[in-house]
Amino acid sequence: MRALQVGDAALLVEVSSGDEAQALHAELVRRRAEGSLSVREIVPAARTVLLDGLADPARLAAELTASDVPPAPPRARAVIELPVRYDGPDLADVAAHWGVSPEEVARIHVGTEFTVAFCGFAPGFGYLTGLPSRYDVPRRATPRTAVPAGSVALAGPYTGVYPRSSPGGWQLIGTTDAVLWDHTRVPAALLAPGTRVRFVGAA
Amino acid sequence: MTDRALSVVRSGALTTVQDLGRPGHAHLGVPLSGALDGPAAALANRLVGNRPEAAVLETTLNGCAVRPRSTVTVAVTGAPCRVSVDGRPAAWGAPVHVPAGALLTVGTAVSGLRSYVAVSGGITVEPVLGSRSTDLLSGLGPAPLTDGAVLPLGAPNSLHPRVDTAPQPAPPAELVLRVTLGPRDDWFTPEAVRAFTSRPFQVSSASNRIGLRTEGPALERRLKGELPSEGMVLGAVQVPPDGRPVVFLADHPTTGGYPVIGVVRETDLPAAAQAVPGTPVRFTEIRRRYALHRGT
Repeated sequence: MRALQVGDAALLVEVSSGDEAQALHAELVRRRAEGSLSVREIVPAARTVLLDGLADPARLAAELTASDVPPAPPRARAVIELPVRYDGPDLADVAAHWGVSPEEVARIHVGTEFTVAFCGFAPGFGYLTGLPSRYDVPRRATPRTAVPAGSVALAGPYTGVYPRSSPGGWQLIGTTDAVLWDHTRVPAALLAPGTRVRFVGAA
Repeated sequence: MTDRALSVVRSGALTTVQDLGRPGHAHLGVPLSGALDGPAAALANRLVGNRPEAAVLETTLNGCAVRPRSTVTVAVTGAPCRVSVDGRPAAWGAPVHVPAGALLTVGTAVSGLRSYVAVSGGITVEPVLGSRSTDLLSGLGPAPLTDGAVLPLGAPNSLHPRVDTAPQPAPPAELVLRVTLGPRDDWFTPEAVRAFTSRPFQVSSASNRIGLRTEGPALERRLKGELPSEGMVLGAVQVPPDGRPVVFLADHPTTGGYPVIGVVRETDLPAAAQAVPGTPVRFTEIRRRYALHRGT
């Protein structure tokens, strides 16, 4: 673990794997909930957790690097199911990359339980992990100028769903009608760090 | 019966509604947003007796014109500009009485970039996640103003302005941004880090509410690989592959994949919000960074 100074009030804690980052995030959220950590933002990412709005980041850095992070607690929360049609324009490319048929891509994808590792890019966009690393895919060489809302996509080790139409370079494998972001809903984001997700075949 | 609303007669190049922003949602991909020149927005609110969290208008470059449907007090702060009521000159940086139906014109910035217009009672468009700010990156909050739009106003409260006028910093002729190096300065060559904190840069015309883009020496990387996405703070100086530093402002993305060479002190960012394209920029290092390791 490495704690790096980020300006005057923030700390970037770097760990060695995505699983460790998720465990550290869970622990920091727990500490904030019990009142032993005062912080404005806790932002998990691929290999790091950012803490922003700290009164004394140096002291927390010393404390964190001197302690062990407990493994992520068992996930009690229910699984969110996202209905998906595997009809994306890049499904054949992904199938070729994986060396399987398009039907098999769908079977593997619905057979995987995902976890939201972190969010970003757009409100409600989650980076979902769960696929074994042999299914990593590159981003498209030329990003699309407009990816439709609800597109289910792959890039690197991640699966994601575009909450709204935006440019993007991920490989599109399917479509969901689920509403990922609705600011009039509580909570507005369907997916938050730590949320468990399963894709289910839709007619 | 009063009709507390503001009709937009001329929306200008870019006028948005801004308040203190929406902190606490970065983990969902929601930027902070909020007024880029926070002290100017706060002063405008104080001058009309509003609470600090009241929403104001942030205009860019060429101002705007609005017509209140009821009598209001307004104050224009930030970038100095001509202010008029029904064509008659009015004060900038001071409370101005605007009768119902009169036309308030906020002119082109004489210097600086962004002017703030506070209206007694504040602008009360529907909040999103506790804020009325327009977030241009993610499209949250009200859309930028358009001609003919109508904005609701709140009831003026009892806070009485205690000042008639107040000094404001002049927009910067040269922008000096104090930075703490890191967290990823080790991704750059020592020469690039030295160039970053010693060579002159200029504000690029491609700057916006997301970032202050700069032109100057391209900062060369030592590590060529891809940095896994990580959390970004306000004032982070991210260096994309072209080597030109970008200072992240209020509508910045909450995570990013390019290395951050340093972080600008938050109190220096309001001046950055007023720096017109071409303004010289210098980044000066303010303190040594720390990094604590734990052997595993």
